[in-house]
Amino acid sequence: MLIDETRCTGCRACQVACKQWNDLPAETTRNRGTYTNPPALSANTWSLIEFKEIETRGQIGFYFLRRACMHCEHPACASACLVGALHKTAEGPVLYDDHKCIGCRYCMIACPFGIPTFDWNKGLLDQPLIRKCVFCADRVQNGLTPACAKACPSRVILFGGRDELIAEGEARIRQSPGRYVNRIYGKAEAGGTSVLYLSSIPFEQLGLPRLDSAPVTVLSEWVMRYTLPFAAAWGAALTGLALLVRWRNRGKPKRPSSKEAA
Amino acid sequence: MTLARFRPSKGTLALGALSALAFVVAVMRYAFGLRAISNLSDGYPWGFWISFDLLCGVALAAGAFTTASVVYIFDLKRFNPLLRPAILTGFLGYLMVIVALLVDLGRPERIWHLIIFWNPESVMFEVGWCVMLYTAVLALEFSSVVFEKFGWRRLSALHRYVTPALVILGTLLSTLHQSSLGSLFLAAPTKVQPLWFSPWLPVFFFLSAVAVGPAIVIVESFISARVLQRGLETELVGELARAIPLALGAYLILKVFDLTTAGEWGSAFQGSTGALFWLEIIGGVILPLGLFALPSVRRSDARLFGAALLVIGGVVLNRFDVSLIGWARPAETWYFPHWMELAMTAGIVAGGVMVFGLVARYLPLFTPSHAAEPAE
Repeated sequence: MLIDETRCTGCRACQVACKQWNDLPAETTRNRGTYTNPPALSANTWSLIEFKEIETRGQIGFYFLRRACMHCEHPACASACLVGALHKTAEGPVLYDDHKCIGCRYCMIACPFGIPTFDWNKGLLDQPLIRKCVFCADRVQNGLTPACAKACPSRVILFGGRDELIAEGEARIRQSPGRYVNRIYGKAEAGGTSVLYLSSIPFEQLGLPRLDSAPVTVLSEWVMRYTLPFAAAWGAALTGLALLVRWRNRGKPKRPSSKEAA
Repeated sequence: MTLARFRPSKGTLALGALSALAFVVAVMRYAFGLRAISNLSDGYPWGFWISFDLLCGVALAAGAFTTASVVYIFDLKRFNPLLRPAILTGFLGYLMVIVALLVDLGRPERIWHLIIFWNPESVMFEVGWCVMLYTAVLALEFSSVVFEKFGWRRLSALHRYVTPALVILGTLLSTLHQSSLGSLFLAAPTKVQPLWFSPWLPVFFFLSAVAVGPAIVIVESFISARVLQRGLETELVGELARAIPLALGAYLILKVFDLTTAGEWGSAFQGSTGALFWLEIIGGVILPLGLFALPSVRRSDARLFGAALLVIGGVVLNRFDVSLIGWARPAETWYFPHWMELAMTAGIVAGGVMVFGLVARYLPLFTPSHAAEPAE
């Protein structure tokens, strides 16, 4: 999915289409002095247009960011989930298994984009779960485009294969170099994402995090890969140490404990 | 209070009231969801419970494995009188962690899923298994007290036979568990402050746990000596404290090395996080390192107690800095624990203290364990 933010008019048709297709209830909100509404992604809002007033070249401009799951090529949430409730599908969507999750919320800690949300208002009987954009996997599997892409009147959201979309994005940058920042966000970030952005202002200003091209979980995965070998070596070392100390202490009289308690 | 046989003291009544309040809070949480009793949000998915009950709780349970490995791996049997209370403190600490997790987890009724659904790539997978296995090991280590109480000789003999292996397993699991709590944050390199984020996080968590283990034994011995009116084994406790400067020294050297190679010393002189960093390093590491190195401190009950509190304070501050205070907050989010979050924690701790008191009263907790006798 390629999102050309320079085309966005902030109409929020994508936000509404997402709610309709995924059957998500509206949220009661208050005016907070911004058009961004609701204020953030939540268990009931999986896709959100953020409105930004940003000063560039002495002029205040209105900019928009469509925030939703990036569907990473190497998702940190899936790497972090202890029960493997999240996984990357071959078609692209990162999906969540409602039946596995124990609600530890480590996926929310690991996601560098701050995407997964939790059902904070649900008691045990209501079965709270982690919620996020599912790339309309049910539509995609039946040959349809995701609801947000389908609804967008100014064709901001382009749905297709990742390589084609990167080629398309690069072509647009080449054709109108003045219009775009010379980079596609998501091509490399955090190991690459299935959602790609084009923008006329730096992506950090738009509100997207500055990330390396390596997945954020490289270190934690490295640690996990060497944990079992380390455990074997450490267990052997502790056993060896205990035996060595006993062997050196052999024949020595066992001292009674220093003082008996009253 | 006319009951002749059960006459709880004021302290016990207060602890009982705290636990009762926590029980009410837990019922509310299960009925209405986490928002009803906490300030946790999508911006702060982890809050006070993870920082204190889990991270600090596990670190402060380290007295069990450090003391057990001194007695059984280093074969220093003279420390035996300290062992049973240390193991009980660790065991109750882990039980408290589990109780807190049953409140914090979104789906506590599925906690057993970690046994059947595996993701060996996940640090949380290691954390979960370590909590489960090490709690079982602590229960087994502690079981000798029960066997002794009821005079089950054959079980006691069996226990004596397997204890060294059990202690090695417990030390191994503790090493993995303490370090894995640090590794948890390796998955969030962009969210933990550069002063605390480091590829060495697992080693830092382990070393600080080794340092805080004896400190907890000191505090626990000191308090139970006062409350239960027993003598404090000052000499023995002071000797155990000699391990603390070693662990703190290693921690300090690694911290200096890490910040130098990462080129992050600049952040140490910026804003309130810089101040917190120095508070942690000077108050919780350098100062107690110097104090415990002094024989005059190691020979005095009160000074031992004070220096131990510094180590504990340093570790608690460190865990909060890594997991909560130094956490990169998304725009417009804010977190301060809800009073019911604090009430929950207070109630769990009160419950742990009450159980400790009951065990101290009814089980042979302060008699040296069988290890004082020849094992062979």
